[in-house]
Amino acid sequence: MTRLVVVSAGLSNPSSTRLLADRLAAATSEALAEATVTQVELRDLAHQLTDHLLTGFPGPELAAAIAAVRDADGLVVVTPVFSASYSGLFKTFFDVLEPGTLDGTPVLVAATAGTARHSLVLEHALRPLFAYLRAVVVPTGVFAATEDFASPDLEQRITRAAGELAALVGKVSPADAAGSPLRRTVDDELAEPTPFEELLRRASAG
Amino acid sequence: MQIGIFSVGDVTTDPTTGRTPTEHERIKATVAIAKKAEEVGLDVFATGEHHNPPFISSNPTATLAYIGAQTERIVLSTATTLITTTDPVLIAEDYAKIQHLTDGRVDLMMGRGNTGPVYPWFGKDIRQGINLAIENYALLHRLWREDVVDWSGRFRTPLQGYTSTPRPLDGVPPFVWHGSIRSPEIAEQAAYYGDGFFHNHIFWPASHTQQMVDLYRRRFEHYGHGPADTAIVGLGGQFFMRPNSQDAVAEFRPYFDNAPVYGHGPSLEDFTEATPLTVGSPQQVLERTLSFRDYVGDYQRQLFLVDHAGLPLKTVLEQLDLLGEILPEMRKGFAEGRPAHVPDAPTHGSLVAAAGGAHDSTVYAAADSATGHRAEDVLA
Repeated sequence: MTRLVVVSAGLSNPSSTRLLADRLAAATSEALAEATVTQVELRDLAHQLTDHLLTGFPGPELAAAIAAVRDADGLVVVTPVFSASYSGLFKTFFDVLEPGTLDGTPVLVAATAGTARHSLVLEHALRPLFAYLRAVVVPTGVFAATEDFASPDLEQRITRAAGELAALVGKVSPADAAGSPLRRTVDDELAEPTPFEELLRRASAG
Repeated sequence: MQIGIFSVGDVTTDPTTGRTPTEHERIKATVAIAKKAEEVGLDVFATGEHHNPPFISSNPTATLAYIGAQTERIVLSTATTLITTTDPVLIAEDYAKIQHLTDGRVDLMMGRGNTGPVYPWFGKDIRQGINLAIENYALLHRLWREDVVDWSGRFRTPLQGYTSTPRPLDGVPPFVWHGSIRSPEIAEQAAYYGDGFFHNHIFWPASHTQQMVDLYRRRFEHYGHGPADTAIVGLGGQFFMRPNSQDAVAEFRPYFDNAPVYGHGPSLEDFTEATPLTVGSPQQVLERTLSFRDYVGDYQRQLFLVDHAGLPLKTVLEQLDLLGEILPEMRKGFAEGRPAHVPDAPTHGSLVAAAGGAHDSTVYAAADSATGHRAEDVLA
Protein backbone atom coordinates (compact mmCIF):
# COMPACT_ATOMS: atom_id res chain seq x y z
CA MET A 1 0.00 0.00 0.00
CA THR A 2 1.43 3.34 -1.07
CA ARG A 3 1.52 5.98 1.63
CA LEU A 4 0.62 9.41 0.36
CA VAL A 5 0.83 12.34 2.80
CA VAL A 6 -0.72 15.72 2.11
CA VAL A 7 0.62 18.73 4.01
CA SER A 8 -1.52 21.84 3.78
CA ALA A 9 -0.91 25.17 5.43
CA GLY A 10 -4.17 27.04 4.93
CA LEU A 11 -5.27 29.15 7.86
CA SER A 12 -9.00 29.55 7.39
CA ASN A 13 -11.52 26.74 7.62
CA PRO A 14 -12.53 25.84 5.02
CA SER A 15 -9.57 27.14 3.05
CA SER A 16 -8.89 27.19 -0.66
CA THR A 17 -5.48 25.71 0.18
CA ARG A 18 -7.14 22.68 1.73
CA LEU A 19 -9.54 22.50 -1.20
CA LEU A 20 -6.63 22.31 -3.63
CA ALA A 21 -4.86 19.80 -1.37
CA ASP A 22 -7.89 17.54 -1.33
CA ARG A 23 -8.21 17.63 -5.12
CA LEU A 24 -4.52 16.83 -5.57
CA ALA A 25 -4.80 13.98 -3.06
CA ALA A 26 -7.84 12.54 -4.80
CA ALA A 27 -6.23 12.76 -8.23
CA THR A 28 -2.99 11.17 -7.00
CA SER A 29 -4.86 8.38 -5.20
CA GLU A 30 -6.74 7.68 -8.37
CA ALA A 31 -3.54 7.54 -10.41
CA LEU A 32 -1.99 5.14 -7.91
CA ALA A 33 -3.45 1.65 -7.74
CA GLU A 34 -3.69 1.52 -3.95
CA ALA A 35 -2.87 4.37 -1.63
CA THR A 36 -3.57 5.50 1.88
CA VAL A 37 -3.84 9.24 2.26
CA THR A 38 -2.79 10.98 5.48
CA GLN A 39 -3.76 14.60 5.83
CA VAL A 40 -1.48 16.91 7.83
CA GLU A 41 -3.23 20.20 8.53
CA LEU A 42 -0.59 22.57 9.84
CA ARG A 43 -3.07 25.01 11.37
CA ASP A 44 -3.88 22.39 14.00
CA LEU A 45 -0.18 22.03 14.78
CA ALA A 46 0.66 25.74 14.94
CA HIS A 47 1.18 25.87 18.72
CA GLN A 48 3.23 22.68 18.79
CA LEU A 49 5.36 23.95 15.92
CA THR A 50 6.19 27.11 17.84
CA ASP A 51 6.91 25.10 20.97
CA HIS A 52 9.19 22.84 18.92
CA LEU A 53 11.18 25.86 17.73
CA LEU A 54 11.71 26.85 21.36
CA THR A 55 12.20 23.49 23.08
CA GLY A 56 13.66 21.35 20.30
CA PHE A 57 11.16 18.52 20.60
CA PRO A 58 7.71 17.91 19.09
CA GLY A 59 4.46 17.54 20.97
CA PRO A 60 2.55 14.28 20.42
CA GLU A 61 0.40 15.33 17.41
CA LEU A 62 3.32 17.03 15.71
CA ALA A 63 5.50 13.96 16.32
CA ALA A 64 2.85 11.83 14.60
CA ALA A 65 2.72 14.22 11.64
CA ILE A 66 6.51 14.21 11.31
CA ALA A 67 6.55 10.41 11.44
CA ALA A 68 3.90 10.23 8.71
CA VAL A 69 5.93 12.56 6.48
CA ARG A 70 9.12 10.61 7.19
CA ASP A 71 7.48 7.34 6.22
CA ALA A 72 5.63 8.72 3.19
CA ASP A 73 6.18 7.25 -0.27
CA GLY A 74 5.01 10.51 -1.80
CA LEU A 75 4.13 14.00 -0.58
CA VAL A 76 1.72 16.69 -1.71
CA VAL A 77 2.52 20.05 -0.13
CA VAL A 78 0.27 23.07 -0.46
CA THR A 79 0.79 26.56 0.94
CA PRO A 80 -0.96 29.87 0.63
CA VAL A 81 1.23 32.67 -0.69
CA PHE A 82 2.08 35.15 2.03
CA SER A 83 4.28 38.17 1.26
CA ALA A 84 5.61 36.72 -1.98
CA SER A 85 6.54 33.29 -0.60
CA TYR A 86 5.29 30.23 1.29
CA SER A 87 3.70 31.03 4.64
CA GLY A 88 5.77 31.04 7.81
CA LEU A 89 3.72 28.19 9.20
CA PHE A 90 4.46 26.07 6.12
CA LYS A 91 8.19 26.77 6.34
CA THR A 92 8.27 26.10 10.08
CA PHE A 93 7.06 22.55 9.55
CA PHE A 94 9.89 21.83 7.14
CA ASP A 95 12.35 23.66 9.41
CA VAL A 96 11.79 21.21 12.26
CA LEU A 97 12.31 18.04 10.21
CA GLU A 98 15.52 16.14 10.92
CA PRO A 99 18.07 16.48 8.11
CA GLY A 100 17.60 13.57 5.73
CA THR A 101 13.87 13.16 6.42
CA LEU A 102 12.85 13.93 2.83
CA ASP A 103 15.89 12.53 1.02
CA GLY A 104 14.65 11.16 -2.30
CA THR A 105 10.95 11.56 -1.50
CA PRO A 106 8.79 12.48 -4.53
CA VAL A 107 6.97 15.76 -3.83
CA LEU A 108 4.22 17.61 -5.65
CA VAL A 109 4.35 21.34 -4.84
CA ALA A 110 1.28 23.53 -4.95
CA ALA A 111 0.21 26.98 -3.82
CA THR A 112 -2.85 29.21 -3.66
CA ALA A 113 -3.13 32.99 -3.81
CA GLY A 114 -5.59 35.75 -4.48
CA THR A 115 -4.03 36.63 -7.79
CA ALA A 116 -2.17 34.86 -10.59
CA ARG A 117 0.66 37.40 -10.28
CA HIS A 118 2.11 35.16 -7.49
CA SER A 119 2.26 32.05 -9.64
CA LEU A 120 6.06 31.93 -9.89
CA VAL A 121 6.25 31.36 -6.15
CA LEU A 122 6.35 27.66 -6.99
CA GLU A 123 9.55 28.18 -8.95
CA HIS A 124 11.36 30.74 -6.83
CA ALA A 125 10.37 29.54 -3.36
CA LEU A 126 9.02 25.99 -3.19
CA ARG A 127 11.29 24.25 -5.67
CA PRO A 128 14.52 25.57 -4.09
CA LEU A 129 13.26 24.63 -0.61
CA PHE A 130 12.58 21.03 -1.61
CA ALA A 131 15.75 20.83 -3.66
CA TYR A 132 17.65 21.79 -0.50
CA LEU A 133 15.79 19.07 1.40
CA ARG A 134 16.91 16.62 -1.33
CA ALA A 135 13.36 15.71 -2.24
CA VAL A 136 12.42 14.97 -5.86
CA VAL A 137 9.97 17.63 -7.05
CA VAL A 138 7.68 16.58 -9.93
CA PRO A 139 7.87 18.76 -13.08
CA THR A 140 4.35 20.17 -12.84
CA GLY A 141 3.61 22.41 -9.89
CA VAL A 142 0.03 23.46 -9.33
CA PHE A 143 -0.74 27.09 -8.63
CA ALA A 144 -4.32 28.17 -8.09
CA ALA A 145 -5.36 31.80 -7.88
CA THR A 146 -8.90 32.37 -6.67
CA GLU A 147 -10.13 32.81 -10.25
CA ASP A 148 -8.64 29.41 -11.24
CA PHE A 149 -11.28 27.62 -9.23
CA ALA A 150 -13.63 28.54 -12.10
CA SER A 151 -11.25 27.30 -14.81
CA PRO A 152 -11.16 23.81 -16.35
CA ASP A 153 -7.42 24.34 -16.86
CA LEU A 154 -6.88 23.82 -13.14
CA GLU A 155 -8.29 20.30 -13.33
CA GLN A 156 -5.92 19.52 -16.21
CA ARG A 157 -2.91 20.70 -14.25
CA ILE A 158 -4.04 18.74 -11.19
CA THR A 159 -4.39 15.58 -13.26
CA ARG A 160 -1.02 16.05 -14.94
CA ALA A 161 0.81 16.78 -11.68
CA ALA A 162 -0.89 13.88 -9.89
CA GLY A 163 0.05 11.58 -12.74
CA GLU A 164 3.68 12.69 -12.52
CA LEU A 165 3.76 12.12 -8.77
CA ALA A 166 2.10 8.71 -9.09
CA ALA A 167 4.62 7.74 -11.78
CA LEU A 168 7.52 8.57 -9.46
CA VAL A 169 6.16 7.01 -6.29
CA GLY A 170 7.51 3.53 -5.77
CA LYS A 171 9.47 3.64 -9.03
CA VAL A 172 12.55 5.32 -7.66
CA SER A 173 14.09 4.20 -4.41
CA PRO A 174 14.99 7.14 -2.16
CA ALA A 175 18.62 6.03 -2.22
CA ASP A 176 18.73 6.07 -6.03
CA ALA A 177 16.91 9.38 -6.20
CA ALA A 178 19.00 11.10 -3.56
CA GLY A 179 22.27 9.57 -4.66
CA SER A 180 23.59 6.88 -2.36
CA PRO A 181 24.29 6.80 0.53
CA LEU A 182 21.26 8.38 2.21
CA ARG A 183 21.92 10.60 5.18
CA ARG A 184 21.43 8.67 8.38
CA THR A 185 18.97 10.19 10.80
CA VAL A 186 19.09 10.03 14.59
CA ASP A 187 16.47 7.27 14.43
CA ASP A 188 18.69 5.26 12.08
CA GLU A 189 21.63 5.59 14.50
CA LEU A 190 19.49 4.65 17.49
CA ALA A 191 18.28 1.52 15.71
CA GLU A 192 21.63 0.52 14.29
CA PRO A 193 24.58 2.58 15.51
CA THR A 194 27.66 3.13 13.40
CA PRO A 195 30.33 1.00 15.15
CA PHE A 196 32.81 3.07 17.13
CA GLU A 197 35.86 1.91 15.16
CA GLU A 198 34.20 3.40 12.08
CA LEU A 199 33.44 6.66 13.94
CA LEU A 200 37.06 6.79 15.06
CA ARG A 201 38.34 6.17 11.55
CA ARG A 202 36.06 8.89 10.13
CA ALA A 203 36.99 11.37 12.86
CA SER A 204 40.61 11.47 11.84
CA ALA A 205 40.18 10.75 8.13
CA GLY A 206 39.35 14.32 7.12
CA MET B 1 23.36 5.87 44.08
CA GLN B 2 24.91 9.31 43.78
CA ILE B 3 22.60 12.30 44.06
CA GLY B 4 23.83 15.79 43.35
CA ILE B 5 23.39 19.01 41.45
CA PHE B 6 24.73 20.54 38.26
CA SER B 7 25.01 24.20 37.45
CA VAL B 8 25.09 25.86 34.06
CA GLY B 9 26.34 29.14 35.49
CA ASP B 10 23.92 31.48 33.72
CA VAL B 11 23.61 35.11 34.75
CA THR B 12 19.88 35.66 34.32
CA THR B 13 17.60 38.48 35.38
CA ASP B 14 15.20 37.57 38.16
CA PRO B 15 11.88 38.14 36.35
CA THR B 16 10.06 38.90 39.60
CA THR B 17 12.36 41.75 40.61
CA GLY B 18 14.03 42.76 37.35
CA ARG B 19 17.40 42.46 39.06
CA THR B 20 20.36 40.81 37.35
CA PRO B 21 23.23 39.59 39.53
CA THR B 22 26.76 40.69 38.75
CA GLU B 23 29.31 38.18 37.57
CA HIS B 24 31.03 38.45 40.93
CA GLU B 25 27.82 37.71 42.82
CA ARG B 26 27.06 34.76 40.58
CA ILE B 27 30.57 33.32 40.84
CA LYS B 28 30.45 33.55 44.64
CA ALA B 29 26.92 32.13 44.65
CA THR B 30 28.18 29.09 42.75
CA VAL B 31 30.66 28.41 45.53
CA ALA B 32 28.00 28.91 48.20
CA ILE B 33 25.69 26.49 46.37
CA ALA B 34 28.40 23.84 46.10
CA LYS B 35 29.21 24.12 49.81
CA LYS B 36 25.53 23.94 50.65
CA ALA B 37 25.22 20.82 48.51
CA GLU B 38 27.83 19.11 50.65
CA GLU B 39 26.21 20.40 53.84
CA VAL B 40 22.80 18.90 53.00
CA GLY B 41 24.41 15.55 52.21
CA LEU B 42 24.56 15.53 48.41
CA ASP B 43 27.23 13.47 46.67
CA VAL B 44 28.13 15.46 43.57
CA PHE B 45 28.56 19.06 42.45
CA ALA B 46 29.10 19.60 38.73
CA THR B 47 29.74 22.84 36.87
CA GLY B 48 29.14 23.63 33.23
CA GLU B 49 31.57 25.31 30.87
CA HIS B 50 30.75 28.30 28.70
CA HIS B 51 32.93 30.89 27.04
CA ASN B 52 30.43 33.65 26.42
CA PRO B 53 28.03 35.92 28.28
CA PRO B 54 25.66 35.51 30.07
CA PHE B 55 27.62 32.67 31.71
CA ILE B 56 30.22 32.70 34.46
CA SER B 57 31.35 29.12 33.89
CA SER B 58 34.56 29.69 31.95
CA ASN B 59 37.63 28.21 33.65
CA PRO B 60 35.75 25.41 35.45
CA THR B 61 38.99 23.96 36.83
CA ALA B 62 39.69 27.04 38.97
CA THR B 63 36.13 26.89 40.27
CA LEU B 64 36.36 23.19 41.09
CA ALA B 65 39.76 23.50 42.76
CA TYR B 66 38.52 26.41 44.88
CA ILE B 67 35.42 24.48 45.92
CA GLY B 68 37.54 21.40 46.49
CA ALA B 69 39.63 23.32 48.98
CA GLN B 70 36.54 24.28 50.98
CA THR B 71 34.76 20.94 51.01
CA GLU B 72 35.59 17.56 52.46
CA ARG B 73 33.50 14.90 50.86
CA ILE B 74 31.51 15.96 47.81
CA VAL B 75 32.62 14.70 44.39
CA LEU B 76 33.44 17.49 41.95
CA SER B 77 32.47 17.05 38.35
CA THR B 78 31.64 18.90 35.16
CA ALA B 79 28.48 19.22 33.10
CA THR B 80 30.06 19.43 30.67
CA THR B 81 33.74 19.77 29.76
CA LEU B 82 34.05 20.92 26.16
CA ILE B 83 36.05 18.13 24.60
CA THR B 84 35.57 19.74 21.17
CA THR B 85 37.18 23.12 21.69
CA THR B 86 39.47 22.45 24.65
CA ASP B 87 42.87 20.95 23.96
CA PRO B 88 42.78 17.39 25.33
CA VAL B 89 46.36 17.88 26.49
CA LEU B 90 45.20 20.67 28.81
CA ILE B 91 42.21 18.64 30.02
CA ALA B 92 44.59 15.78 30.88
CA GLU B 93 46.85 18.07 32.89
CA ASP B 94 44.15 20.17 34.56
CA TYR B 95 41.95 17.36 35.83
CA ALA B 96 44.84 15.18 36.93
CA LYS B 97 46.01 18.18 38.95
CA ILE B 98 42.59 18.61 40.59
CA GLN B 99 42.56 14.88 41.24
CA HIS B 100 45.76 15.22 43.27
CA LEU B 101 44.65 18.38 45.06
CA THR B 102 41.29 16.90 46.11
CA ASP B 103 42.60 13.39 46.84
CA GLY B 104 40.58 11.90 44.03
CA ARG B 105 37.29 13.71 44.52
CA VAL B 106 36.90 14.55 40.83
CA ASP B 107 35.44 13.06 37.71
CA LEU B 108 34.28 14.75 34.53
CA MET B 109 31.67 14.68 31.83
CA MET B 110 32.54 15.24 28.20
CA GLY B 111 30.25 17.35 26.06
CA ARG B 112 30.44 19.10 22.73
CA GLY B 113 28.90 22.49 23.43
CA ASN B 114 26.24 24.02 21.25
CA THR B 115 27.29 27.66 21.03
CA GLY B 116 28.32 28.09 17.41
CA PRO B 117 30.84 30.93 17.68
CA VAL B 118 32.78 29.21 20.49
CA TYR B 119 34.18 26.81 17.92
CA PRO B 120 35.80 29.44 15.66
CA TRP B 121 36.92 31.41 18.74
CA PHE B 122 38.97 28.38 19.67
CA GLY B 123 40.00 27.65 16.09
CA LYS B 124 37.56 24.82 15.50
CA ASP B 125 34.62 24.08 13.20
CA ILE B 126 31.25 23.16 14.72
CA ARG B 127 30.48 20.93 11.74
CA GLN B 128 33.29 18.70 13.02
CA GLY B 129 31.73 18.50 16.50
CA ILE B 130 31.33 14.73 16.63
CA ASN B 131 34.72 14.12 15.02
CA LEU B 132 36.40 16.51 17.47
CA ALA B 133 34.74 14.78 20.42
CA ILE B 134 35.89 11.39 19.19
CA GLU B 135 39.47 12.19 18.23
CA ASN B 136 40.18 14.49 21.18
CA TYR B 137 38.88 11.99 23.69
CA ALA B 138 40.87 9.18 22.09
CA LEU B 139 43.98 11.26 22.79
CA LEU B 140 42.90 12.21 26.32
CA HIS B 141 42.23 8.55 27.09
CA ARG B 142 45.80 7.67 26.11
CA LEU B 143 47.41 10.61 27.91
CA TRP B 144 46.08 9.33 31.24
CA ARG B 145 47.06 5.74 30.58
CA GLU B 146 50.42 5.89 28.80
CA ASP B 147 53.41 7.63 30.36
CA VAL B 148 54.93 8.63 27.04
CA VAL B 149 52.68 9.34 24.10
CA ASP B 150 53.52 9.66 20.41
CA TRP B 151 50.45 10.83 18.59
CA SER B 152 49.25 12.47 15.44
CA GLY B 153 45.72 13.28 14.38
CA ARG B 154 43.62 15.69 12.44
CA PHE B 155 42.74 18.39 14.91
CA ARG B 156 45.83 19.31 16.92
CA THR B 157 49.54 19.44 16.44
CA PRO B 158 51.31 16.05 16.73
CA LEU B 159 52.99 14.90 19.94
CA GLN B 160 56.32 13.13 20.15
CA GLY B 161 57.59 11.82 23.47
CA TYR B 162 54.97 13.73 25.43
CA THR B 163 54.29 12.95 29.08
CA SER B 164 51.19 14.55 30.59
CA THR B 165 51.90 15.68 34.14
CA PRO B 166 50.97 15.14 36.84
CA ARG B 167 50.30 11.48 36.21
CA PRO B 168 46.84 10.42 37.48
CA LEU B 169 46.56 10.01 41.24
CA ASP B 170 47.40 6.46 42.41
CA GLY B 171 47.78 5.47 38.75
CA VAL B 172 44.03 5.70 38.17
CA PRO B 173 42.55 8.25 35.73
CA PRO B 174 39.46 10.24 36.75
CA PHE B 175 36.24 8.50 35.78
CA VAL B 176 34.69 9.94 32.62
CA TRP B 177 31.06 10.36 31.64
CA HIS B 178 29.94 11.32 28.16
CA GLY B 179 26.94 13.61 27.94
CA SER B 180 24.70 14.01 24.94
CA ILE B 181 21.05 14.91 24.47
CA ARG B 182 20.52 13.63 20.97
CA SER B 183 23.66 12.25 19.37
CA PRO B 184 23.69 8.45 19.34
CA GLU B 185 27.37 8.58 18.35
CA ILE B 186 28.22 9.82 21.85
CA ALA B 187 26.28 7.00 23.52
CA GLU B 188 28.23 4.65 21.25
CA GLN B 189 31.50 6.30 22.31
CA ALA B 190 30.68 5.96 26.02
CA ALA B 191 29.79 2.30 25.48
CA TYR B 192 32.97 1.57 23.53
CA TYR B 193 35.21 2.79 26.34
CA GLY B 194 33.05 1.40 29.14
CA ASP B 195 32.74 4.98 30.43
CA GLY B 196 29.58 6.46 31.93
CA PHE B 197 26.77 7.93 29.86
CA PHE B 198 24.86 10.93 31.14
CA HIS B 199 21.62 12.11 29.63
CA ASN B 200 20.60 15.69 30.31
CA HIS B 201 17.01 14.44 30.45
CA ILE B 202 15.50 17.78 31.46
CA PHE B 203 14.70 19.38 28.15
CA TRP B 204 13.24 16.45 26.26
CA PRO B 205 10.52 13.84 26.73
CA ALA B 206 11.33 10.69 28.66
CA SER B 207 10.87 8.52 25.57
CA HIS B 208 13.91 10.15 24.00
CA THR B 209 16.07 9.71 27.10
CA GLN B 210 15.00 6.09 27.20
CA GLN B 211 16.12 5.50 23.59
CA MET B 212 19.54 7.04 24.18
CA VAL B 213 20.16 5.16 27.43
CA ASP B 214 18.94 1.92 25.89
CA LEU B 215 21.38 2.32 23.00
CA TYR B 216 24.24 2.95 25.44
CA ARG B 217 23.35 -0.08 27.56
CA ARG B 218 23.06 -2.38 24.53
CA ARG B 219 26.41 -1.26 23.14
CA PHE B 220 28.11 -1.37 26.58
CA GLU B 221 27.28 -5.05 26.64
CA HIS B 222 28.26 -5.46 22.97
CA TYR B 223 31.74 -4.12 23.73
CA GLY B 224 32.22 -6.64 26.50
CA HIS B 225 32.11 -4.40 29.57
CA GLY B 226 29.39 -6.47 31.22
CA PRO B 227 25.62 -6.95 31.08
CA ALA B 228 23.57 -3.98 29.86
CA ASP B 229 22.07 -3.38 33.29
CA THR B 230 25.54 -2.84 34.77
CA ALA B 231 26.36 0.09 32.47
CA ILE B 232 26.95 3.39 34.24
CA VAL B 233 24.06 5.78 33.66
CA GLY B 234 23.48 9.33 34.91
CA LEU B 235 20.44 11.54 34.46
CA GLY B 236 19.63 15.20 34.85
CA GLY B 237 16.50 16.43 36.52
CA GLN B 238 14.91 19.65 37.68
CA PHE B 239 12.39 20.55 40.29
CA PHE B 240 11.01 23.41 42.26
CA MET B 241 9.42 22.52 45.55
CA ARG B 242 7.61 24.08 48.47
CA PRO B 243 5.87 22.25 51.30
CA ASN B 244 2.58 23.20 49.62
CA SER B 245 2.49 22.32 45.91
CA GLN B 246 0.32 25.30 44.92
CA ASP B 247 2.92 27.62 46.44
CA ALA B 248 5.63 25.94 44.37
CA VAL B 249 3.69 26.44 41.13
CA ALA B 250 2.84 30.06 41.88
CA GLU B 251 6.40 30.96 42.88
CA PHE B 252 8.14 29.12 40.03
CA ARG B 253 5.82 30.09 37.16
CA PRO B 254 7.39 33.49 36.35
CA TYR B 255 10.85 31.87 36.32
CA PHE B 256 9.59 29.13 34.04
CA ASP B 257 7.74 31.51 31.71
CA ASN B 258 10.86 33.63 31.23
CA ALA B 259 13.54 30.92 31.40
CA PRO B 260 16.26 31.27 28.75
CA VAL B 261 15.87 27.73 27.42
CA TYR B 262 12.15 27.03 27.24
CA GLY B 263 10.53 30.32 28.26
CA HIS B 264 7.77 31.87 26.15
CA GLY B 265 7.06 28.42 24.74
CA PRO B 266 4.96 25.63 26.19
CA SER B 267 3.01 26.16 29.39
CA LEU B 268 4.47 25.06 32.72
CA GLU B 269 1.80 22.36 32.83
CA ASP B 270 2.60 21.03 29.33
CA PHE B 271 6.34 21.07 29.97
CA THR B 272 5.94 19.36 33.33
CA GLU B 273 3.99 16.61 31.66
CA ALA B 274 6.36 16.23 28.70
CA THR B 275 9.67 16.39 30.60
CA PRO B 276 10.98 15.42 34.07
CA LEU B 277 10.44 18.95 35.43
CA THR B 278 8.52 18.63 38.67
CA VAL B 279 7.01 21.64 40.39
CA GLY B 280 5.22 20.76 43.58
CA SER B 281 5.61 19.32 47.05
CA PRO B 282 8.70 17.45 48.24
CA GLN B 283 6.64 14.25 48.12
CA GLN B 284 5.81 14.86 44.46
CA VAL B 285 9.46 15.50 43.62
CA LEU B 286 10.43 12.33 45.46
CA GLU B 287 7.90 10.18 43.62
CA ARG B 288 8.66 11.65 40.20
CA THR B 289 12.41 11.19 40.69
CA LEU B 290 12.01 7.58 41.72
CA SER B 291 9.92 6.97 38.59
CA PHE B 292 12.87 7.71 36.29
CA ARG B 293 14.04 4.13 36.86
CA ASP B 294 10.90 2.89 35.13
CA TYR B 295 12.32 3.83 31.76
CA VAL B 296 16.12 3.85 32.16
CA GLY B 297 16.55 1.01 34.64
CA ASP B 298 18.51 1.21 37.88
CA TYR B 299 21.12 3.89 37.41
CA GLN B 300 24.07 5.44 39.17
CA ARG B 301 23.91 9.22 39.26
CA GLN B 302 21.07 11.72 39.51
CA LEU B 303 21.98 15.39 39.12
CA PHE B 304 19.45 18.19 39.53
CA LEU B 305 19.56 21.66 38.03
CA VAL B 306 18.54 24.05 40.80
CA ASP B 307 20.32 27.36 40.17
CA HIS B 308 19.01 28.77 36.92
CA ALA B 309 16.45 31.02 35.27
CA GLY B 310 17.25 33.91 37.60
CA LEU B 311 16.29 32.22 40.87
CA PRO B 312 17.90 34.19 43.72
CA LEU B 313 20.62 32.51 45.78
CA LYS B 314 18.42 32.48 48.88
CA THR B 315 15.75 30.49 47.04
CA VAL B 316 18.31 28.09 45.60
CA LEU B 317 19.70 27.40 49.07
CA GLU B 318 16.16 26.79 50.35
CA GLN B 319 15.62 24.32 47.51
CA LEU B 320 18.77 22.49 48.56
CA ASP B 321 17.55 22.36 52.17
CA LEU B 322 14.29 20.81 50.96
CA LEU B 323 16.21 18.34 48.81
CA GLY B 324 18.31 17.46 51.84
CA GLU B 325 15.16 16.72 53.81
CA ILE B 326 13.88 14.16 51.28
CA LEU B 327 17.34 12.78 50.55
CA PRO B 328 17.14 9.83 52.99
CA GLU B 329 13.79 8.80 51.48
CA MET B 330 15.18 9.20 47.98
CA ARG B 331 18.19 7.01 48.78
CA LYS B 332 15.91 4.43 50.32
CA GLY B 333 13.66 4.49 47.27
CA PHE B 334 16.55 4.07 44.86
CA ALA B 335 17.89 1.14 46.88
CA GLU B 336 14.52 -0.60 46.88
CA GLY B 337 14.44 -3.49 44.44
CA ARG B 338 17.89 -2.64 43.09
CA PRO B 339 19.61 -5.90 42.09
CA ALA B 340 22.88 -6.56 43.92
CA HIS B 341 24.87 -6.86 40.71
CA VAL B 342 24.04 -3.30 39.61
CA PRO B 343 27.16 -1.33 40.49
CA ASP B 344 27.39 2.09 42.13
CA ALA B 345 28.95 4.95 40.22
CA PRO B 346 32.72 4.50 40.14
CA THR B 347 34.65 6.67 42.59
CA HIS B 348 38.38 7.12 42.98
CA GLY B 349 38.30 4.59 45.81
CA SER B 350 36.44 1.96 43.81
CA LEU B 351 38.64 2.48 40.77
CA VAL B 352 41.80 2.11 42.85
CA ALA B 353 40.42 -1.07 44.38
CA ALA B 354 39.50 -2.41 40.92
CA ALA B 355 43.05 -1.67 39.75
CA GLY B 356 44.42 -3.84 42.54
CA GLY B 357 45.41 -0.98 44.81
CA ALA B 358 47.10 2.38 44.55
CA HIS B 359 50.44 2.73 42.87
CA ASP B 360 52.34 5.94 42.47
CA SER B 361 52.65 6.76 38.80
CA THR B 362 55.11 9.62 38.97
CA VAL B 363 57.30 9.80 35.91
CA TYR B 364 60.78 10.69 37.16
CA ALA B 365 63.17 12.44 34.84
CA ALA B 366 66.86 12.65 35.61
CA ALA B 367 67.17 16.08 34.12
CA ASP B 368 65.05 18.56 32.31
CA SER B 369 65.79 17.71 28.74
CA ALA B 370 62.97 19.64 27.15
CA THR B 371 63.33 23.18 28.42
CA GLY B 372 65.94 25.40 29.99
CA HIS B 373 67.57 26.34 26.76
CA ARG B 374 67.23 29.53 24.88
CA ALA B 375 65.17 29.02 21.73
CA GLU B 376 68.30 29.79 19.74
CA ASP B 377 70.13 26.88 21.38
CA VAL B 378 67.35 24.46 20.58
CA LEU B 379 67.27 25.61 16.98
CA ALA B 380 71.02 25.18 16.71
